[in-house]
Amino acid sequence: MRAQIKLPVKQDSAPAGAESPSSNGTGAAADKPLSLVPAAFKIKFQTKNNAFADGTFRTLVILCALSVMVIVGLIAFELVRQSHLSMAKFGFKFLSTSIWDPVAENFGALPAIYGTLVSSLLALVLAVPLSLGTALFITEICPRRLRGILSLLVELLAAIPSVIYGLWGIFFLAPLLRTEGQPFLARYFGWTGLFEGPKYGIGMLAAGIILAIMILPIITSISREVMLAVPRQQREAALALGATRWEVLRIAVLRNARAGIFGAIILGLGRAIGETMAVTMVIGNRPEIARSLFAPGYTLASMIANEFSEATSDMHLSALVEVGLVLFAITLIVNAIAQFMIWSITRGMPARNIA
Amino acid sequence: MKLLRLLAAIVCLTVLCSAEENLNGAGATFPYPIYSKWFNEYHKAHPDVQINYQSIGSGGGIKQLQSKTVDFGASDGPMSDQQLQATPFKVLHIPTVLGAVVPTYNIPGISSELKFTGDVLADIFLGNIKKWNDGRIAKANSGVKLPDTDIIVVHRSDGSGTSYIFTDFLSKVSDTWKTKVGKNTAVNWPVGLGAKGNEGVAGQVKQTEGAIGYVELIYALQNNMSYGSVQNAAGQFIRASLDSVTAAAASVKEMPDDFRVSITNAPGKAAYPISSFTWLLVPTNWSDKTKEKTFVDFLNWMISGGQGMTTALNYAPLPKPVVEKIKARIKDIK
Repeated sequence: MRAQIKLPVKQDSAPAGAESPSSNGTGAAADKPLSLVPAAFKIKFQTKNNAFADGTFRTLVILCALSVMVIVGLIAFELVRQSHLSMAKFGFKFLSTSIWDPVAENFGALPAIYGTLVSSLLALVLAVPLSLGTALFITEICPRRLRGILSLLVELLAAIPSVIYGLWGIFFLAPLLRTEGQPFLARYFGWTGLFEGPKYGIGMLAAGIILAIMILPIITSISREVMLAVPRQQREAALALGATRWEVLRIAVLRNARAGIFGAIILGLGRAIGETMAVTMVIGNRPEIARSLFAPGYTLASMIANEFSEATSDMHLSALVEVGLVLFAITLIVNAIAQFMIWSITRGMPARNIA
Repeated sequence: MKLLRLLAAIVCLTVLCSAEENLNGAGATFPYPIYSKWFNEYHKAHPDVQINYQSIGSGGGIKQLQSKTVDFGASDGPMSDQQLQATPFKVLHIPTVLGAVVPTYNIPGISSELKFTGDVLADIFLGNIKKWNDGRIAKANSGVKLPDTDIIVVHRSDGSGTSYIFTDFLSKVSDTWKTKVGKNTAVNWPVGLGAKGNEGVAGQVKQTEGAIGYVELIYALQNNMSYGSVQNAAGQFIRASLDSVTAAAASVKEMPDDFRVSITNAPGKAAYPISSFTWLLVPTNWSDKTKEKTFVDFLNWMISGGQGMTTALNYAPLPKPVVEKIKARIKDIK
């Protein structure tokens, strides 16, 4: 039925093609086999392109989009449901106390929240200048031949599994920090209070460095793409105005690419917050808040990874799920802040530079 | 045609596979190597029986058993009374092998084996003894020149049966430890760094001058690590070995009928004090009677022929009296 109704319409639109006269020839028997096949095909093809197909596609896509929301909703629901025991017992004290005692069933996640934020921020502080420098070099300064190799190496870093970073951290980075890095920092920057105390090698500083290396490739490759997307005319315009090379980078490249660079940084931060394995192996896993970056710390993700498999009491399990909920919330909050910041930066900017 | 034949072959194979009997278990990671060896050997002797075991951790094993997603569980620590009450069916604890935990350390200039008393170990891990040349360590180690190095404590960061056994021992020998920290697979450690797994602790100790940690005996044996001896309840300093661990289990005077017993700080003269059973958790009443019969047969094989395979994998076998007692208990499964 549908095909019959649509047929005339389709035939009207079909003549745009080169063979249109032959398809109109109803009596020409010789033409028929040749012309009818493509015509029939066209009709068949085009009937699928009608409102019904559009509607189906639309529904399908909406379902896909909804599934994301449903999944996020289900995760949140399950986390809340499973952690009600510990929520009921500790309430908001869970977020503000520092004792993590599975024997006495007394749980407070503050040191892990602190550790998560500090290690991630430390990673950003170390990784952002390094990544932006690398990206600028690759896009603006690097000789063309080296460019491919360098980009490949950066992307190779992203492909290394996190447990390998952890092993490298334990066997290479921690001893190096203990014998070289930490004595140096303590000697020249000890007055800040950030670099003092016993030098274990592993600890918050080691975790920050490992995380920095892990998020370096993501920030570098995205910023590189964004910088490459800056129109050539922008650079030429700056040069024409008499700008030096540095001024070109600053005015033309970095300024135009800032929204995308910011997005890259946020993606890196997201990875740092959720990273588990490598951090667990080098952070020292001690639920304590210490000012010194030499001291061992703990992160929310490590806490779950460490204790979940052998947690037997219901309260312990519930507290660990609540740790998961806190991590979930922190990720959401960080992302929301990031979205807001990107929005406030990009106001009044041309849309094409938003990666 | 070829494809069809291949498909037919696959179908036949699946049918054949499903014809054999499948039992599923889950739990402790510590006994996993010996369990997989046993299940494998048993499968060779009885090709129609396939026992699968997932080493997901003792906590997970207990949970899965309680929710009946597995046929049997396994745990490094006995189930608590509370947990047994929460289980809708009766569970039998069957000891399978023995494990032990040893103190390992890295002190510059010291290669000889150090001796530790229980209370010294407790005070080191409490942070009360801070230097290696502390008088109380020196007292047990006359003749060893201990350096003036800070003690750096390394403990397990992941929840573990190893930590359970170690803290169980410390709770028995130190009242301060018992009230302040207690025993569990994960505790609130007063001092020190947390490292993941035996390998994490061993690596950290090896790298850090002045460090002390604790690892599974099997791990220490397999990696040729040096470790200290520990004073037992009879006052003897005993070095952990498969014999001294079995001796600990043999010296327990009153073995309870449900085998839920801690054998740390056991009374025997030759007993190594930081030892423990590991258990299979078996329901006494199975809904599937053929499975039940198979598993009872496996258990009987495990305590007779199976025990002979333990030492090759560095597990301490069960002592004779315990084996006899288990034999009697297996009859309760019906």
